[in-house]
Amino acid sequence: MIQITGLHKSYKNNKALRGVDLEFSQSGIVAVLGPNGSGKTTLMKCILGLTLFKEGNIYVDDTDIQGQFEYRKLISHLPQVASFPENLTPDELIRMIKDLRPGVTNEKKFIKLFELGAEMHKKMSALSGGNKQKVNLLLSLMYDNPILILDEPTSGLDPLAIINLKSYLKDEKKKGKMILVTTHIMSFAEELADHVVFLLDGKIYFDGSMQSLMLKQQSDSLEMAIATILKANIPALKTIKSSAV
Amino acid sequence: MIKVLKYSLADMIRNRWMIIYFLFFLVLTLALLFLSSDIPKLIITLTNVILTLTPLIGLLFGVMYYYNSLDFIRLLLAQPLSRKTIFLGLYGGLALSLCLSLFAGVFIPLLFYGILASPELWTVLILIGMACVLTIIFSLLAFIIAMKSDNRIRGFGLSMFTWLFFAIIYDGIFLLLLSIFKDYPLENLTIILTSLNPVDLARILILLKLDISAMMGYTGAVLQKFLGSSLGYFFILTILTVWTIIPLSYMTRLSGKKDF
Repeated sequence: MIQITGLHKSYKNNKALRGVDLEFSQSGIVAVLGPNGSGKTTLMKCILGLTLFKEGNIYVDDTDIQGQFEYRKLISHLPQVASFPENLTPDELIRMIKDLRPGVTNEKKFIKLFELGAEMHKKMSALSGGNKQKVNLLLSLMYDNPILILDEPTSGLDPLAIINLKSYLKDEKKKGKMILVTTHIMSFAEELADHVVFLLDGKIYFDGSMQSLMLKQQSDSLEMAIATILKANIPALKTIKSSAV
Repeated sequence: MIKVLKYSLADMIRNRWMIIYFLFFLVLTLALLFLSSDIPKLIITLTNVILTLTPLIGLLFGVMYYYNSLDFIRLLLAQPLSRKTIFLGLYGGLALSLCLSLFAGVFIPLLFYGILASPELWTVLILIGMACVLTIIFSLLAFIIAMKSDNRIRGFGLSMFTWLFFAIIYDGIFLLLLSIFKDYPLENLTIILTSLNPVDLARILILLKLDISAMMGYTGAVLQKFLGSSLGYFFILTILTVWTIIPLSYMTRLSGKKDF
């Protein structure tokens, strides 16, 4: 469904992606992990066409996305930061997105799921950070699209909303959707993901199943496996480790 | 594009600063009407205020709106919409709301004064029209400045400098050139230099209509003498159209190349 070949992306002097090759052809949940600045968000943004690249190719459903926008019909995207026009209400935002993007929506389900009923007619500027994130999720997930790209979906959410979100994602996985998630919360990734892509310094360090990652790192949890990779590969962490010893 | 514009407009007209902008023109026009009921005098005062203020507000609002909308732009970019549609819609919403605030603020008091029956109706409409053209041009320049500078302080600084340049520095350079080359024929230079500043063009068009171009000194006299009134209007409107089209196409091109 998504194929990435030889993807490079630089911001001025900073190389964010250095030759990424990936292929997601099966349904399921893929956790895109990596330390801060490893290129996770850039990779997501490249797939969505928010960030433009000169080197490499990305195909979504066999369409080369370079210069295209129609392919985004297949994708629901949750941005990392929830920020909207402050003077509009969630209700107006939903109407706006529905107006801009034709298709069947199920916003009522998410209003109920995230208990947003009382917030629907308040200005966005009057909502709390957590409720803004819930509106963010609602706007992203209300379309029944085959690909979901979620950037830090749990940030700012209360525990109940996280539980509801997890159960929703599990259901969507069963329906055969492809879900790409970036997160720093390892327990969230461990519980949901079938497949892990670990990015380090703009390159793919690991691309495989959750079990094979843990086996490779000889760890019994994802958190420990990731910590082992980071300690072995990030010079600053190596120093901390040796000084601690 | 119209759909994006509709929501951008809905957001902007509820913006507190937009309401203050409308109230400012409302109070200003009412105060001027209260002080003097002589419409040509009122138009001259309004011209001076509007020609200084609309580029400044266009630039400030434009830069502020772009930076505040960045996350919203990302949300729109994730939809199956072209970048051109998104940016033209957002820009259109901003420019239209600024123009509506200005039009309502100036025109409502004059409407109660009975401007519809006054012979100065066209002059007032030209004044408001020019204010709108300046708003369109300078908010476009603001979008370009903001798109070029990810650093917000730099963006605001550049927009302030742009205003200072077109509203003050440019006229200083203009006068300096006229004074240095006073022994040579300066008609063509005057016309060329005027064309390069939309604020000057708008000022001249209003004063040509008021038939007091002598007030504008050399530039107005040259334009009236060499172009004649009708040709003068046509010339100014053509140049102002160019001033809109070139930045608009540049902004569209820039939006297609930018990372978000």
